[in-house]
Amino acid sequence: MTAGVAAAPAGTLPGVKDAPRSAGAVGQTRAGWGLLSPFLVLYLAFLIGPALYGLVMSFFDGSSVRSGLGPFAGFGNYAEALSSGDFWSSMGHTVLFTVLTTPPLVIVSMLLAMLTDRIRRGRWFFRLVFFAPYVMPVTCVGLVFVWMYTPQTGLFASALGSVGITAPNWLADPHWAMISVALMTVWWTIGFNFVLYLAGLQDIPRELYEASAVDGAGPGAQLARITIPLLSRTTLLVTMLQILASLKVFDQIYLMTAGGPNYATRPVIEYIYDVGFTDFRTGYGAAASMLYFVVILAVSAVWFAISRRRA
Amino acid sequence: MATATVPEAPIRTAPTAAPVDHRHRFFTALCVVVLVVFAALWLVPMLWAVDTSIRPEGEITAAPARWWTSHPTFDAYRQIWSAGRMPVWYLNSFIVALLTAVLAVVACSMAGFAVARVRFRGRRIVTGLVLAGLMIPPQVLIMPQFQEFAGLHLLNTYWALILPSVPTPIAVFVFASFFSGLPGELAESARMDGAGWFRIYSRIFLPLCKPAASAVFIFTFVWSWNNFLWPLLTMTSTDVMTIPVGLNVVQDSYGIRYAQVMASAVLGALPLFAVFLVFQRRIVEGIANTGIK
Repeated sequence: MTAGVAAAPAGTLPGVKDAPRSAGAVGQTRAGWGLLSPFLVLYLAFLIGPALYGLVMSFFDGSSVRSGLGPFAGFGNYAEALSSGDFWSSMGHTVLFTVLTTPPLVIVSMLLAMLTDRIRRGRWFFRLVFFAPYVMPVTCVGLVFVWMYTPQTGLFASALGSVGITAPNWLADPHWAMISVALMTVWWTIGFNFVLYLAGLQDIPRELYEASAVDGAGPGAQLARITIPLLSRTTLLVTMLQILASLKVFDQIYLMTAGGPNYATRPVIEYIYDVGFTDFRTGYGAAASMLYFVVILAVSAVWFAISRRRA
Repeated sequence: MATATVPEAPIRTAPTAAPVDHRHRFFTALCVVVLVVFAALWLVPMLWAVDTSIRPEGEITAAPARWWTSHPTFDAYRQIWSAGRMPVWYLNSFIVALLTAVLAVVACSMAGFAVARVRFRGRRIVTGLVLAGLMIPPQVLIMPQFQEFAGLHLLNTYWALILPSVPTPIAVFVFASFFSGLPGELAESARMDGAGWFRIYSRIFLPLCKPAASAVFIFTFVWSWNNFLWPLLTMTSTDVMTIPVGLNVVQDSYGIRYAQVMASAVLGALPLFAVFLVFQRRIVEGIANTGIK
């Protein structure tokens, strides 16, 4: 980063390194802000601006049927959300979805990556099969799974029926709806974690396996003493990214159950969507968004704390 | 820093065969079997969608869960292509994803270059501000963003989809870490020759950052193409819908014509499947490199 200093014009005093008011530094400041400006203008206008405006909105009793912020409400929206059974139950569904999806998406992806890493030929094929669903639009995956989940006559129901198991009503059964959506999500998104684990496995030196095999270690010992411990960094990353991704669930639930049956699967994002866009209560919707944001920030803070302690 | 070593592909020669005893050989065979079972499970939904889409509707009604068809047909594809709005949605998705990806590469590479290479006043503040943006999930912003775009009269226009997706904090960091991995003499000698900073960016650094640029381009493209919640809110007219939102409407209108529903699902997934086949390596490396840092 000494480039600018070295190139400072001849008029600069020798020995004054990177003086903020030297001609080179002024030029750099102008160049820096100039290069930043396209990004910064869009960033402030469409991300930071709305974030701050959302915070302001949450303190007003706004409605999308009239313009402006509406009457000042103080912490009224927050108090209402925190005492609302619907808010908490939707938050509960989001957490339930996260609890249902995170363990399989971490453990199965690790397993699949370790298996794929072990074989000699055809790795590209397994990478293709496990990752391809991840690039598909959620609507396509939703359509296919709704078709497979059709009660009685669908592919899943008839497959289970042929081995003598009576299939549940999947998406129509309040006890099974969330599990059905979670299964679809595991199928759809496992490729991302799988690829992260494959990359993590690349970083484990081969010699460790060779040396331990010479010492007589079997596959089980290698797994427990080498692979899993040395993957712990990747596991932390995958787990935290997965928790954050699962907490953002909306698309597949909206498409497959629309939050039903009888709101049994409605996640918090859909609650915000409902109060803000169906009931037109923008201020209250913004307050609920902020409460949800606090949860996301808390998870991020935990992640930050864990990785700091490990570093 | 991993972005600087992009060419490293996650393909490595298999473990050496030297000290293989029978336990290891048996274990490897077991691995292959388990892996094949999982792969078969993962293939079922894809194959089932294609299979349903080529069966005649009457046959599906008679035996919904049967794989075999005696009369394979592309009728469903013909119908949704000619009767539906699929071609328009393809075009919308393509224009939006392409513009978003191009603008994101331009804006974020300039910003990444400034953060990594130019010593300007306020650099730390800007870096902190961009870092803060990483924490904000787009879902949190739907209420204020919607009001903003309604106020700007940009709902049901491409701009409503493009503008919020261009400034991506993670892309700035991908470019910044790539640029700071390049040798400092590059900029130094150009400064000696009297080149301006924008010239140094556009003539020297931008051509060198192809790995980072292509990763950002592909990811922004795929993300934009698959985005659902925001287009669902802002694109309410069927003329401007993108594929994911449009297909949501299809489901309602086709009802129980399953061959057509599955055909539209297959068509919707096809373009990105093709993108993935072509850029498989870049996509996989991109995830590995930006995920681990």
